[in-house]
Formats: sequence, C-alpha cells, structure tokens
Amino acid sequence: MQLLGKLTLSAIPHDPIIIGASAFMGLMVLLIVSSLFYFRKWTWLWTEWLTTVDHKKIGVMYIISALIMLVRGLTDGVLMRTHLMFSEGSMHGYLPPSHYDQIFTAHGVIMIFFMAMPLMFGLINILVPLQIGARDVAFPFLNAMSFWLFAISAILVNVSLVIGEFAGAGWLAYPPLSELAYSPGVGVDYYIWSLQISGAGTLLAGINFLVTIFRMRCPGMTLMKMPIFTWSALCTMALVVLAFPILTASLGMLLLDRLLGMHFFTADGGGNMMMYINLIWAWGHPEVYILILPAFGIFSEVVATFCQKRLFGYVAMVYATACITILSFIVWLHHFFTMGAGPVVNAFFGITTMIIAIPTGVKIFNWLFTMYRGRIIFATPMMWTIGFLVTFAVGGMTGVLMAVPVVDFQLHNSLFLVAHFHNVIIGGVVFGYFAGLIYWFPKIFGFKLNEKLGKKVFWCWFVGFYVAFMPLYPLGFMGMTRRLNHYDNPAWHLLLTIAAVGTFIIVCGVIFQAAQLITSIKKRKQERDVTGDPWNGRTLEWSMSSPPPVYNFAHVPRVDSVDPYWKAKQEDDSFDTPPYEAIHMPKNSSIPFIIGIFLFIFGFSMVWHIFWLAGLTFAAFIIALMCRGFDYDRDYYIQADEVKSTQAAGVLQQ
Amino acid sequence: MDYKRLINILKWLGPVILLFLLTGCKVVMFDPVGPVASEQRWIISLSIILMLLVVIPVIVLTLFFARKYRASNTKAKYTPEWSHSYLLEFIWWTIPCIIIIILAVITWISSHDLDPYRPIKAKDTIQKTPLIIQVVSLDWKWLFIYPEQNIASVNYLEIPKDQLVEFNVTSDAPMNSFWIPQLGSQIMTMQGMQTKLNTVGTRLGKFEGYSALYSGSGFSGMKFNINVVEKDKFEQWVSHAKASPLSLTLDNYVRLAQPSHWDPVTYYSKVEENLYSDIIMHYMLPGGKLNTLKDQYNKQLQN
Repeated sequence: MQLLGKLTLSAIPHDPIIIGASAFMGLMVLLIVSSLFYFRKWTWLWTEWLTTVDHKKIGVMYIISALIMLVRGLTDGVLMRTHLMFSEGSMHGYLPPSHYDQIFTAHGVIMIFFMAMPLMFGLINILVPLQIGARDVAFPFLNAMSFWLFAISAILVNVSLVIGEFAGAGWLAYPPLSELAYSPGVGVDYYIWSLQISGAGTLLAGINFLVTIFRMRCPGMTLMKMPIFTWSALCTMALVVLAFPILTASLGMLLLDRLLGMHFFTADGGGNMMMYINLIWAWGHPEVYILILPAFGIFSEVVATFCQKRLFGYVAMVYATACITILSFIVWLHHFFTMGAGPVVNAFFGITTMIIAIPTGVKIFNWLFTMYRGRIIFATPMMWTIGFLVTFAVGGMTGVLMAVPVVDFQLHNSLFLVAHFHNVIIGGVVFGYFAGLIYWFPKIFGFKLNEKLGKKVFWCWFVGFYVAFMPLYPLGFMGMTRRLNHYDNPAWHLLLTIAAVGTFIIVCGVIFQAAQLITSIKKRKQERDVTGDPWNGRTLEWSMSSPPPVYNFAHVPRVDSVDPYWKAKQEDDSFDTPPYEAIHMPKNSSIPFIIGIFLFIFGFSMVWHIFWLAGLTFAAFIIALMCRGFDYDRDYYIQADEVKSTQAAGVLQQ
Repeated sequence: MDYKRLINILKWLGPVILLFLLTGCKVVMFDPVGPVASEQRWIISLSIILMLLVVIPVIVLTLFFARKYRASNTKAKYTPEWSHSYLLEFIWWTIPCIIIIILAVITWISSHDLDPYRPIKAKDTIQKTPLIIQVVSLDWKWLFIYPEQNIASVNYLEIPKDQLVEFNVTSDAPMNSFWIPQLGSQIMTMQGMQTKLNTVGTRLGKFEGYSALYSGSGFSGMKFNINVVEKDKFEQWVSHAKASPLSLTLDNYVRLAQPSHWDPVTYYSKVEENLYSDIIMHYMLPGGKLNTLKDQYNKQLQN
C-alpha cells in the first residue's frame, strides 16, 4: 500500500482559472492568519470563538461561513452564465466541458449545502433560544460539534479545488454517472465525504433543536403560543431528523459501490440506479422545505413587526406549516416523472404536489391580510418580504405547472425547470434569509445595518433576479436543456446574454452587501441599538439588550400570549426585575474543534485512500469523544452580582 | 416612495418579458408537430390561465396593500389587533382547493391519455401499425435501430408522416432522456432497462431532438435531427441506408459504444440479430458475447 494512497503531485490542477482561484484562496488565508498574528488575536479567537458553546456565537460563525460560501457559489454561477454567452455556434466559451461540469456541480452543492443550510442554522441557532426564553440550546456541546462538522466539510469540499477535482456528476450525483465506471476521479469522493460529515452534523443539530424547542420553552409558552419562526424551526427540524438519515444511507451505499465494488446502484450485478434516485429525492424534496419553511417563518415575523399589527391567522399558519411538513414526504417522485413509472403513479405524485400549493397559498393570503389595515414601515426587511410575495407567486405557479406529469414530460430538465427552482429558492429562501439577517442583525451585533445601502442591495438582487432568470422560462419553452456547455441556436444566444447581464446585476447587489457591512461596522456608534428593540418588535428576543448577555435572560420569562413582548410593552411590564439569582451555564470546550480537525483529516484521507491515516484519525475522534465523557468540569455559575452588573450595563446603554 | 419604484420596475419588466417571447423566433413547444405535443401545449396554457386566477390577484393585492397601508398614509384604517376572520380564511382555503381539484382532474385524465407507453389514439387517416424504432443512448451519441428495416443510424432519425411510431428506449451509458420537444414528451434511458415512447408526426419537416438528462462531458453534443417525411421518401431513405458499406456487427457496436464527442451521422446497412435485447440483457447476464467482446476491447485499450 502506498503511503499517500492515490495522492500524487499530479493531483494539483494546471488550469489557469483554477490556479488563479487557488492562489486567491491561499492569499485570503494568508491575510487572515497574518492579521491574527499582527493584532495578537489568537487567544481571543480560541477562547471567544473556536471553543465556544454559546448558541449566539455558533450562529454567527454559521452565518459568516454561509456568506463566504455565497460568494463562492455566486462566482460559479457567473462563470457559467458568461461561458454560455460565448459558447454559441462556432464559439466554444472559455471553459473546457469537464471544467464546466465541475462548476455547475459545485454551484449546486455549495449553494444548497454550504450556503443555504448554514444560513438557516445560523439564524435558528441565534433566534430560537431567544424566542422561547431559553438560556442556550438543550445540548450546547453537541451544537458546537454540529457546527465544526459542517465547517470542516465546507473546507473539505473547497480543498477539492486545489487538490484533485470537484465532482462533475451534477449536484445530486446520479448513478451510474457517479459510479466508478464513469467518474473514476476523486471528485465524487470529495462530494460523498463532505456531505456525509456535514450531514451527520446537520442531523445532530436537528435533534438538538427538536429537544430544545420541546423541552426548554419558558413557562407559559405552550406550543400554540410559540413565535411563528420557532414553529417553522420546529417543523424544519422534524424534517431534518426524518430526511437526513435517508441522505446518509443513499450516499453511504454509493460510497460502498465506489470503495468496495458493491452493486447497489450499478446496472450490472443486480443493482438499480433508480433506487438511488428515489432515495436521494426522498431526502431531496423535504430538503427543499427544510430551506423554505424557516424563510416562511422569517417573513411571518417581519410582516407582523413592520405592519405593526398582529400576524393574521396564526393558527392557520401553524397548520399550514405542519401540512407542508407532512406532504413534503409524499411528493418526491415528481423529480422524475420521466422515468416512466406509469400514469397512476405519476398522477398520484402530481396531485400530492399540487396539494402543497393549498397551504402555501393560505400562507400568502395570511401575509397579505397582515398588511391589510396595518401601518407598513418600508424598512429593508419589509421590502424583501414584498419582493418575495410577488416573486414567489410566479415561482409557485410554474411549480404547480410542472407538477402536471404530462407538462413535466415536456419541461423536465429544461431551463424552465432551472428558472423555476431559482425563482422559488432566490425569491423565497434567499430573500427570506436576507430579510431575517437584516431584521435580527441589530439584535446579534448591537447595531443596525445601513438602510440606504440595504435598499440598493434589495433593488440589485430583485431586478438582477428577474433579468437573470425570466429569460430561462422562454428558453425552456424553446427546448434548451440544462447543463449544456455549448449550443448552436442563435435565438437562445440573445436570451442567454440577457441572463448573463442579470447575474452581473446580482453581483452588484453582493458588492453593495459588502459595502453595507463595512460602512455599518464603521458607523456602528451612530447606528448602535441602545434600546434592544430597534424595530418595535413583538417577541421575546427584543426584550433584552443588544447584543444579548451571555445568559440571554436574567430571569426566565413567563408568557401568556403569542406576542409577549408587544403585550408587555403595552402593559408597561418588564421582564428585568431584581433580585437576581446565580445562573447555571455550560463551559467552553475545545473538543468540538479538535474533533473537527480529526474528521477533516479523516475525510481527506478517505478521499485519497490513505487508509492508515484515516484509521488513525477516526480512532482519535473516538478517543476525543470519550475524553468528553470523562470531563466532569463542564459547567459554571454566573454569580448574582455579576448578573446584576451586566444587566445594569445593559440598562445604562438604554 | 419605494412602492412607486417597485411598480415602475414591474411596468418595465412586463414588456421586456413579452419581448423575450416575441424575439424567440422559434418557441418549439408552441409549434407542435404531433397530437401529443399539441395537447401538452393546450394543458400548459390551460393550467397557466387557471393559476393566474390566483397569482394575479396576489400580486395586485400585494402592491395595492403596500401602497394603501404605508405608514405615512395616516388616513388608512389601522386595526393592530385584528388577526382573524373565519369568512376570509374560509375563502382562501377554498379557492386554491377548487383550482387544485380542477387541476387534479386534468392531471389524472391527461396522465392516462398521454402516457408515453400507450399507443396514440389517432384519426383514421393515420397508419395504425406502429413503426418500431429501438433507441440506445451511448457516450455521447444516439443509436437508432430500425429492426423491421434491419438498418441503423447514429444521430439521425427519419420517420414517415402520419404513421404511429413506437420508440423502445434503453441506454448503454449513463442515464439520458430521449426528447423531441415538437413531438412531445421525453423518457429516460436506463442501462439494463427498457422504456417506451409512443408518438406520431403529423407535419413534414426537420426537427431537433435532445438528451434532456446530463450524462457527462460530451452531453452537449447529444442531439440529433429528426426528419418527418412522406411514406415513399421514407422508403427511399431506407434503401439509401441499406446501401451503406457499414454493418452493425457486435464488433462494430462495441467500437461505437466507446465514448466519443460530436459524432457525424452514420448509417448501418445491417444490424446484428438481437443486438438491442443483447444491449439490455448483457448487464444482467454476465459472460455473454457482448460482455466478452467489451472486456476484450477494454483490455486492448488499456494495453
């Protein structure tokens, strides 16, 4: 056995674009490391961030990773669109086919797993404990571990840019294309291992939040008095816990095929590739709702706050969310009607898919009628919400259209489909998470984001989305399939050029976002949120100082309505009354971070078949876990005096 | 005010979208050449109209409410605690329900009528005994075998007008999807399995066919022309193919099945007996002739 498995020097790509990208990545890492040395921030980084178990800080780390990955995924998108601009007829673009295939695979994988998922977990991490009146999540150590499993997977999947290759089999790696016979490289292995490790983290986080929401609500907060964002988080986490094991199992079988020559999904040896496609979509469709439900929750919070009115139809909202949760498990076959399953099967799944439009429609009307007879403040979160309502209505319509099997027989895998899912994912998920980010930013960091630049961000994204994706609908009707890297139809060229212009408008939006972050940090003194309640909020998270103290609540609050803080403000109640008591808190732990490093090396060595190192690091991982088991020094008390002075400092700010 | 800008942009976007549709010289899906695609066009249009009944009010109401209940308009009614109405909620549970019920009926009926496995219900003027064509997706080209005519072609299809056609479809490469938009419907091609697609061309002309499912680096070249011609022209074409010096023996097939990009149109005058079923079955029955040949060829390539 070779000491380095399959790894040789030739694994480093020679393509100038890839070398440029790797050099840029290396430069960024160098910059960060050297500035940490220069400002002597290593201890701060270690004690405040890398070893933290505080749900708020973990949430912030999730969000930062997600934003970095957003830039990576967006770059991939821009590369694809500009390539297609120059790839008509005699032109052949600037990306060789195999590189183009890697780019669209990377775009999908990174945007879903390493951008949207962490953005969701970031917001849920920070907000759910604050909304339910808890001092942390149920299992803070596990929470930190979930984060580090995710973070090292994100690094692992990006390492493939520099060492080896990215998978080129599409973001769901359909066999037999993803089997050894057709993808002999390490790309698919990188894909499998990074998703397996981050998937384990996601599952642990799902369990963690389910327990948190079920067990740690403050007194008086019955399920039907939970804020709607927490409700959507609850349903999302139920989906995570039910769906992610399916992903792990199907990728695990694909791995066995590749690693040990088994035949789960090969055509020969009795395997069946359609089994993988069934399984992956049995996870994949709930995954769509894992992303969109929290966004629905955010819109519900935002619309009530900025219309200064109670959310219309709270009970209907809860039931609609629960309906979507259940229905999302019985629609997966609509991703492959064209398999030829027969009319009864196709019609069944087509109709179940359409039924989801009913609870979703109800939600839209409820948001609309929250606006009705409200007093709407057009802050940026509200603008994202209105942009969402308009855009999502169109995306929903094209979705139901493709749920009709005979229509899908024509539109499946065409650019119409690409337009549809970007329409709902950008118009729903991205708009929603951005709205949430701006809405809760002052709570997380203690100052508001610049509204003027925020509006520019919104308009760039909104207009950019329409220009970039509306042309794809007619392109689908014109017969253009997705994932093409070359075509010779002049009529397509014009529309693809317009789409490319659209992506550049979106890029402007992202540049404005960076500018917004930088200006807001610079002007944080002027924009400081001294009240803890900058938007005249309704739920518990606004009842404390911004940013919240490490223990969140000096007293565990007692609530008796859906909008407890709104009610408290009207009745002039306060949740913050001395005397204080000592607060029991979890201690920081370095073990999650160390486990992350071990698993990173483990994943990397499994990709390259360096089995001795894989065995060693896996054993180290188990030992690290056992060390945690024997660590009895896990908690500490914040004494009443300290609580008193922290609260006084918070009040002083006010 | 921002809502004004929003409305302005929407005003500007509408015509632009229309322009897209008009400049798209050939929107193939709205230019069907057979009953399947034309029925699909009709269902697409009907479904869009049905859904616009909800979508347009939603968009209009969003913009209207955003404008009317803006904070600066203090004249508008403000009811901060009003959050429930049985009547309203009943209405918007019911309307989507009704639309979805209508769509569900359409779905059920059309799924059965246009099932690709089912022979087309055609008018009397149409030749009812179907022409059978065996389709094999290879890396990265299409092989079409005409078993009755005992000919084969690569990346080119010719079918007589007004005659039912039954495509038997399989793959000897990663999955693909066999799709001729103007004839309607696509169907996946899978190794070791057969799927079917029934269709009929009712208009003369040359149309394009694609693979709709990504299958690797040569995927962009997986397209072909399909020519719908008069019956006698078709016979001429068959005899033209018969004159080809190439014949599709197992040996030649194994060579053809090797990955290649942008293959030219090629005809084969003869086809090995049972080639198509061998292609399907060799995945399940190791040790057959095709397997042995493939293994030999791969070994040769490696040396």
